[in-house]
Amino acid sequence: MSEATETTGTREAKQPTRRFSSFLIAVVFVLLALSIIALMQAFDMYRNNPKSMDYVTFMMIGLIGLALSTYMLLQTRKKVLQITLAIQPVTTTVLCQKCGFKNIREFQRGDYIFKEAEPCPRCNEKTTIASIIREVKEKEKVREERI
Amino acid sequence: MIPQVPNVAQFGGDTISWVFQILFTLLFVVFVFYGQRIQMYVMIREVENSLLRLKVFRDEGRKTAISTIKELGKPKEDPTNRVDQFLEYVAFAPESMDPTGIVWKLEHLLDVEEARYKDEVKLMAPEADETQLNNIEGTLVSAQALNLIYKVIRHFYVLGKKTLSLYIIMQIQMVLPLIMREAEAWASALKAFTLGQPIGDGAGALVAAKLMHGHEIRKIAKDMVAATVSIEDRTAYVLKAEGPGANVAKPGEAIKQIIEENEGKIATIIVIDAAQKLEGEKPGDVAGGVGVAIGGPGVEQYKVEESVLKYKIPVNAFIIKEDIGDAVSTMRKEIFDAIDTVIERIKGLILERTKGGDSIIIAGIGNSVGIGQ
Repeated sequence: MSEATETTGTREAKQPTRRFSSFLIAVVFVLLALSIIALMQAFDMYRNNPKSMDYVTFMMIGLIGLALSTYMLLQTRKKVLQITLAIQPVTTTVLCQKCGFKNIREFQRGDYIFKEAEPCPRCNEKTTIASIIREVKEKEKVREERI
Repeated sequence: MIPQVPNVAQFGGDTISWVFQILFTLLFVVFVFYGQRIQMYVMIREVENSLLRLKVFRDEGRKTAISTIKELGKPKEDPTNRVDQFLEYVAFAPESMDPTGIVWKLEHLLDVEEARYKDEVKLMAPEADETQLNNIEGTLVSAQALNLIYKVIRHFYVLGKKTLSLYIIMQIQMVLPLIMREAEAWASALKAFTLGQPIGDGAGALVAAKLMHGHEIRKIAKDMVAATVSIEDRTAYVLKAEGPGANVAKPGEAIKQIIEENEGKIATIIVIDAAQKLEGEKPGDVAGGVGVAIGGPGVEQYKVEESVLKYKIPVNAFIIKEDIGDAVSTMRKEIFDAIDTVIERIKGLILERTKGGDSIIIAGIGNSVGIGQ
């Protein structure tokens, strides 16, 4: 039964840690410092002359720089990425040829199509495996199908 | 031409304004002279990320192969070394400068390769039965494919980094999405072969299995089985690779043998196989046509074509459409559901194209893993 349970869910595999150069990190920190300075400058300009829109340029440069450097710093985190292999459930259908009794269960190692399976619980006749299938739940592709 | 920070002139004496002016100018110069190099680094990074994924797939394949051999084959020695050697196995195609007789040379090489694979697997897994041996071989072949994909991509990645050539990196980066799809397909094939589940490629074999189920089965050619079935008052010789182990066998040889047994008196041959679908087509779509629908290196297709030409036998084909991912992973419902459609169409074709009392051949092509008879 343990084999059957392995056929559902996802398999995860560890990926080696990615390394980043110290030069790149230094550049990111310089960018971060300059962005903060630009924001401070924008604040100063706004305080001195709130009616003028000159502070907007510095504020934008500061915000863009801040966003960029924060994003790059987040990317350099030494995280261990997980790669998942999605595994769809596989079901086996056991069919009684005599009374038509159908039993759908999880796949078990050793199952194959046309294999004689357990006796039919209804008429006690031999049953055979009629199908082994994987059900795929596709994402909606309405636009693609229209084309 | 150099982009200016707007309004900076108003704060001409301001140091910060000058710093930003210089930064913008520098950025412009850097992009003019190093733009292509920056683009290349972005591409290298993209290839690197995919390479890390491929490495995980490769390691997973190797690990799965070793654990399956240990579990099913119960070897006395650790099979790791043998598995590693198997993953690095190479085969050379015959020289084609003089193409005369190349089919038979290729067939011989394929036979030698298959015998070698079987011997290797037997040595690795001495306790495994015939079906398990075939499934282990399928698992090893999947692991081998993943290893090869990883190594080829790594080659271009390292070469691109060494030479800093945009074109080397670019050519691999452009085909990367297709390669990743193929690698993911082989990664899912591992589980199917390990557990002995029927795969999409076995659709043709499943059609034949459904037709021959309950009839007397005889062995014909190498690893092929055949049954004589009465369909619509015609004698149908139905054949497929022997299951439920992973096996594609020699359908061409089997068809040739049946034609010779009947001295060429075959009204028609119907070949059913899984075929690559185009994007936008649905998996499990069925198409009919003419010709010998046998994939692979071409040896089996050639044999059938030679025989049908000799006796002028018409050849019809049905294909069940699927993509590469479906072909090597566990059979999906849509493909299984297409089997009955194909059987109906075979019956229709027989009624339209042959007369009562005729003999016909129905060949189900594909891997018989997880499919009995």
